[in-house]
Amino acid sequence: MIIGEQKSLEQIKAMLKDYHKVLILGCGTCVTVCFAGGEKEVGILASALRMATAIDGDAKEISEATIQRQCEWEYIDPIAEQVRQADVVLSLACGIGVQAMTERLPDKITLPGLNTRFLGLPMEQGIWSERCAACGDCVLDRFAGICPIARCSKNLLNGPCGGSHDGKCEVSDDIECAWQLIYDRMLQLGKLQELEQVQPPKDWATGRAGGPKKIVREDLRI
Amino acid sequence: MKSGSNLEKILESGQFVVTAELGPPKNADRRVIDKKAGILKGYADAVNITDNQTAVVRMASIGVGAMLVPIGLEPIIQMTCRDRNRIAIQSDLLGAYALGMRNLLCLTGDHQSFGNHPGAKNVFDIDSIQLIRVVKDMRDEKKFQCGEEIAVEPRFFIGAAENPFAAPFDFRATRLAKKANAGVDFIQTQLIYNVPKFSRWMEEVYDRGLHERVKILAGVGPIKSPAVARYMRDKVPGLDVPNEIVERMEGAGKGIEDKKARAEAWRKAGVQLCVDIINQVRQIPGVAGVHIMAVEWEEAIPEIVPLAGLYPRPQV
Repeated sequence: MIIGEQKSLEQIKAMLKDYHKVLILGCGTCVTVCFAGGEKEVGILASALRMATAIDGDAKEISEATIQRQCEWEYIDPIAEQVRQADVVLSLACGIGVQAMTERLPDKITLPGLNTRFLGLPMEQGIWSERCAACGDCVLDRFAGICPIARCSKNLLNGPCGGSHDGKCEVSDDIECAWQLIYDRMLQLGKLQELEQVQPPKDWATGRAGGPKKIVREDLRI
Repeated sequence: MKSGSNLEKILESGQFVVTAELGPPKNADRRVIDKKAGILKGYADAVNITDNQTAVVRMASIGVGAMLVPIGLEPIIQMTCRDRNRIAIQSDLLGAYALGMRNLLCLTGDHQSFGNHPGAKNVFDIDSIQLIRVVKDMRDEKKFQCGEEIAVEPRFFIGAAENPFAAPFDFRATRLAKKANAGVDFIQTQLIYNVPKFSRWMEEVYDRGLHERVKILAGVGPIKSPAVARYMRDKVPGLDVPNEIVERMEGAGKGIEDKKARAEAWRKAGVQLCVDIINQVRQIPGVAGVHIMAVEWEEAIPEIVPLAGLYPRPQV
């Protein structure tokens, strides 16, 4: 899922300084599951902003709403009226939600209340970890199900580099060396010899390097 | 001959090779290069020019190489994959070759988080092993990475680094084999302070016959002080500095009160330590030479090389 993290209250207050009526809009999907922008976080942020702006002598009118998915028009349309009544929308969805709101309700400015951090999963309560870089050409079959693009700091296809130590990455001891994980799993699977093959340069055009992407599925078009 | 470089010729002749390192300055002063080149000339068969080492901005490796070629100090251009994509790398190599450079060291590169621009966007379009293959294909197939033909191909003697001490240790000789398969001609290893561990790695390299396909230069280097030894032991990822090395350095300064005299004693001990390690790695079958890394201490090279009995350097 998409993992988000709320911006600081100071950053949010600075973004909202020119507005009075603020609608904080949560999203019921990924950011709810990662406790960054669901109904509960909307409520907490709304209370915090009411208190903080009152203390600052600029008490804002804060309203709250959470929709199931901010990234689909059909969930956005029903709140159009509520959005119209606000001066600004502070979205707690990912960057996709913020832009969906902007595109669907262009008369209103929608501001990002959180940072979209990565595509990942929860490891344990309160800890999330990146797993996918959306490179557009999945290589997990070649690397025993561990992604060197998302999980190696240098996205090496022929790792590990010389900085791997005690299972950790040279960048930080908080990062597991993806290539140690790949090596260990290949060893476990009895497929170590596959790692002797020189992996050719990747065609990055299927990912970010290829520019903004779009999928057209003719079989689904009406 | 693949490149006809001095380094290649001496290695082919079977004589024990010495390479050193010339670190470019963090400014545009070419006098620094002239000074360092003056110190190193005659004491090394070729010198590595680092490429923004530890991700700190320095004078360009190829730029420095262009200054060394006319004065007869043969450069080994270091090229990392951190800052350039395959377009920039191949373009730079055409230019470097036209300027007279003949040796190349293919590196992945330290992560930018170590350097002075930690917010920089890295590239890593290709990795060091893929870079080896790209440079080999340019030379031997006369082709760019995309497959297009090159009318006049750059003919580099292709090097790479390998760290025998990094994890997973059991995979390190295999990774060298991958580099050999990709087409590397010579290897310079990470700094060796744990000689027994290096020996174990070399044994595997030797058993696989990799030393016959790839020339192995053992990485060595003097240590300036016990503080540097401790720093390398505790803080530098990928280095293996045993306690006895730290203790040896500490012992060298014991009982010397005068600061200057103590620093001098440390330096002397650090140089001798390097000489001792050279003498040890020379005995290991398959070692074709040494790569002496005296970081920002080029003056140590003219001391170390004669003490190790490696002076004068052969003329080929």
